[in-house]
Amino acid sequence: MPEQTVLEVYRYLPDEETEPRFQSYEITYRDSWVVLDALDHIKTEIDPTLSFRWSCRMGVCGSCGMTVNGEPKLTCETFIRDYNTETIKIEPLAHFPVIRDLVINMQDFMEKLPTVSPWLITDEDKPLEAGEYLQTPAQMARYKRFSMCINCMLCYSACPVYGLNSLFTGPAALALAERYNLDSRDEGTQERSDVVTAHDGIWRCTYVGECTKVCPKDVDPAGAIQMLKLSYALDWAKSLVLPGRGR
Amino acid sequence: MSRELTHPLPRSWWLKRPPYFRFMMRELTSVAVFAYTPLLIWALWSAADAASFSVFYEFLRGPLSVWLHVVVLVLAVYHTGTWIALTPSVLVLWRNDEQVDPNLITGTTAMLFLSVSVGVVWLVLV
Amino acid sequence: MTAKPDKTAPLFWLLFAGGGTASAMLLPAMVFVTGVAVPAGWVAEDDLMALIGNPLTRLVVVSLVFLFLFHWAHRFRYALVDLGFGGLGKQAWLFYGTALAGTGLAGLAALRL
Repeated sequence: MPEQTVLEVYRYLPDEETEPRFQSYEITYRDSWVVLDALDHIKTEIDPTLSFRWSCRMGVCGSCGMTVNGEPKLTCETFIRDYNTETIKIEPLAHFPVIRDLVINMQDFMEKLPTVSPWLITDEDKPLEAGEYLQTPAQMARYKRFSMCINCMLCYSACPVYGLNSLFTGPAALALAERYNLDSRDEGTQERSDVVTAHDGIWRCTYVGECTKVCPKDVDPAGAIQMLKLSYALDWAKSLVLPGRGR
Repeated sequence: MSRELTHPLPRSWWLKRPPYFRFMMRELTSVAVFAYTPLLIWALWSAADAASFSVFYEFLRGPLSVWLHVVVLVLAVYHTGTWIALTPSVLVLWRNDEQVDPNLITGTTAMLFLSVSVGVVWLVLV
Repeated sequence: MTAKPDKTAPLFWLLFAGGGTASAMLLPAMVFVTGVAVPAGWVAEDDLMALIGNPLTRLVVVSLVFLFLFHWAHRFRYALVDLGFGGLGKQAWLFYGTALAGTGLAGLAALRL
């Protein structure tokens, strides 16, 4: 039942060294172990200096994203048994500054998220007595997929456009903009357009498509961005034909 | 904070993983689309008189033209395949509160491509 | 962060998308005609000349040159950015200008009858 494998882990201790290195840990693991279990085992049994982020261990919180054998993964749902390589290479998420070991600085993403106004925007606030903003299941179906994001940043890590130019608003934030644009209760499409249609917004995206493939929640940010391009481009074309409409 | 490490993406990033490589090849099919346009311009220009058109026609029959065409054809077909595959993610349609099956959109686009292709070849050959 | 809409991007993106669709649907068949059917001798010189000489064909071909070139201009420009040549990618005029010049050239060629 227990099996052996080697985890090759990216290490960087900023107080002691200036360059990162890889450290190998030989571990005995069980069939039911995910990568996060192995890291936990290393930290408690072998090397307490190893640092990494995690919280819920069930693919909901989005904290434990790391690069496993070159691919961005949530380590809490990535089983060791699925890798038949001799060693499994664990690195921090790509494209973010590394604070220590597998811990990255997510400041840039946290600053980008609110720029797309990811909340319901209405022209007028209804008085409380007027009740809820109602929505049918069919209306919800239009945006539901894009609302499943857990902010794990795997998509940013998979996106070479963001890797080359961190000014790019990026997959998760733009998908969230489309999530609200598609919401029947929302009237903020116009308000979001400054950020969404900026040069470093949707137009930066060249549809590499990897953001969608690595998303653990099946959000499809790549599709959301193309939908945004089409709808804003058609709005622009309409504004030529019918001047005075918006913009 | 200056002790945080950054790892800039090397220019060779697209050679590191197969999906990235396929993406870059897809983008570079645009060079084939570009490369075909001088031929179209030459065709337009030469059709004005029989002498010029003979030069154009003989060029098309030469080995250089055939080899260039083979390269452009491979890239053009790859462009068509990827373009059709990506169509449903841009074109998200709803009918009676139900999303139109993306496979239906891909299938329809593929059928359109086949009929247009047959149409073009038929127009020229018949 | 102050962001402002990119005013020209929707136009160039629509041209890119239009050109991409036109080339995806038509280019393989066109390349088949000029690269396979003609060398194989399936299309007579006179027939091909008559077809290309037809005013409607000429209008269609000029439109295709326009769309193909703007498709290339946008996609190739951003491919260069993705290849790490962001500076070159900033020179938008280089790409869209080439596309415009090529379209002009096609227009002039089409008028020579």
